[in-house]
Amino acid sequence: MIRVQDLTKYYGERLAVDNISFNVEKGEIVGFLGPNAAGKTTTMRIITGFLMPTRGDVWVADCNMMTNSLDGRRFIGYLPEAIPLYTDMTTRDYLEFSAKLRGLAKQRIKTRIDDVVDICRLEEYIDVILGKLSKGFRQRVGIAQAIIHEPEVLILDEPTIGIDPIQVTMTRNLIKELGKECTVLLSTHILPEVSMICERVIIIHEGRIVAEDRIENLSSILSGSKRILLEIQGPPKKIARRLEQIEGVQQVRVEDSNYIVEYPPEQDPRPKIMEAIVQGGWSLLSMGSVEMSLEDIFLELTTEEEEEEEVDE
Amino acid sequence: MKNTGTIALKEIKSYLTSPMAYIVTGIFLVLTGTFFTTYLAGTAYSDTSIRGFVESSQLLLLLFAAILTMRLIAEERKLGTWELLLTAPVRDTEVVLGKFLGSLAVLVTMLVLTLYYPILLEGLGDPDWGPIGTSYLGLFLLGSTALAVGIFASSLTSNQIVAAVIAGGILAALWLVGMAGGTAPEALGEVLSYLSLSYHFNDFIRGVVDTRAIIYYLSVTALFLYLAIRSLETSRWG
Repeated sequence: MIRVQDLTKYYGERLAVDNISFNVEKGEIVGFLGPNAAGKTTTMRIITGFLMPTRGDVWVADCNMMTNSLDGRRFIGYLPEAIPLYTDMTTRDYLEFSAKLRGLAKQRIKTRIDDVVDICRLEEYIDVILGKLSKGFRQRVGIAQAIIHEPEVLILDEPTIGIDPIQVTMTRNLIKELGKECTVLLSTHILPEVSMICERVIIIHEGRIVAEDRIENLSSILSGSKRILLEIQGPPKKIARRLEQIEGVQQVRVEDSNYIVEYPPEQDPRPKIMEAIVQGGWSLLSMGSVEMSLEDIFLELTTEEEEEEEVDE
Repeated sequence: MKNTGTIALKEIKSYLTSPMAYIVTGIFLVLTGTFFTTYLAGTAYSDTSIRGFVESSQLLLLLFAAILTMRLIAEERKLGTWELLLTAPVRDTEVVLGKFLGSLAVLVTMLVLTLYYPILLEGLGDPDWGPIGTSYLGLFLLGSTALAVGIFASSLTSNQIVAAVIAGGILAALWLVGMAGGTAPEALGEVLSYLSLSYHFNDFIRGVVDTRAIIYYLSVTALFLYLAIRSLETSRWG
């Protein structure tokens, strides 16, 4: 449904997207994961026809977006990162305008506005001026606008950023629901979000794809080791040495009286750690799991890649 | 073409809901009305023409066109709605033409409201409708040229004030180049005069319709609309 090939984009001298290629098949929900300034927005803007690439090609529903952008755009519903709202319009006027721009017939516009208002739960705000809506509702209007023409491809740039947790959950469920009808490519920098919504993930870092796989496969790579954070009172060097000796512990990092312990998921050393602490006569103040942060993952993925490259040479 | 209409209609609605168009039209009517009356008083009501209105409204139209058009594209860039418009299945040409027609509707409304002046003259005396008709044609052409310049300026920036200043600058230059034409050596002077917005206007006041003048205004309008379209295309490569 979406085919990106050898895509490169320079902004002046700055390289934003570096020769990336990927496909999104019909009906898939694909997450585009990366930290800020990784090139996610640029890539999405090129796919939607808002920007032209420096090199490379993009096809959406078999339309080449470089040469036949106008036809390609008909298949796409797009929610940009900055929600594109005319602040002086009411929700209804805005949806009507969006529908007209997408070439919907007059009769269909009416029914589609009712549909998307229902889907995005905007009933109470249908005649409110958009400038007066809160961020969460703006987001919903933005999604309503993107789906009004029942697009086959939905492109959502950071759809859950800056809204409260309840609305985030609602938006995620909405996206999953929409994903049953159409192909979805969404970007995010929130790691758990990807595993919640997406079937497949493309990880992008500094303009390059560093990993691309189904969630199941990737999560095993990503959670190659688990981490716990321990706060222990006692002599640090002695404790660290003792912890390292425990079976299953891969690595111990010490920061003041905090210890970060890494271990493989299939071999849980926590009971043994407890025993060791009690035996040593130290006191355990707290124990908790540490989520791998996005930065850690990139570090892991990018350094692994470099190691491989070195081996190749 | 349908998209052009959709965008034009959206702009007209937007003009109707914001105070700017009302303020501009109001001030335009007050000022031109004053000049219309003082001109008549100056001739001791012997010359039943709308000359006072027409001469004063030329520069006012340039100024107000810059103000009316400054938000058309700049504001969309600022709001981010630009991304909606440029990713919809709409040609860049349709976007620019839609915006132009929307602002043209305001210009026509402003001019229609001033028809009050010649109608008043008809009631009071026996005005010559020839020059009145050509003056209106001239004002319409001059106004639409200024709108096209304004839209081009608005396509260059996301800052409305900057857009208005650029439009004002271009319009002032096109207006004043005629004066430079008067002092420059013969051949060059003629070229400069021909390029000037003011040079072609005087015929219309005198009741003469010169096709060269019409072609001049239409081609300057077309040129700046074309530049605005190119400016949009260029922004995709940014």
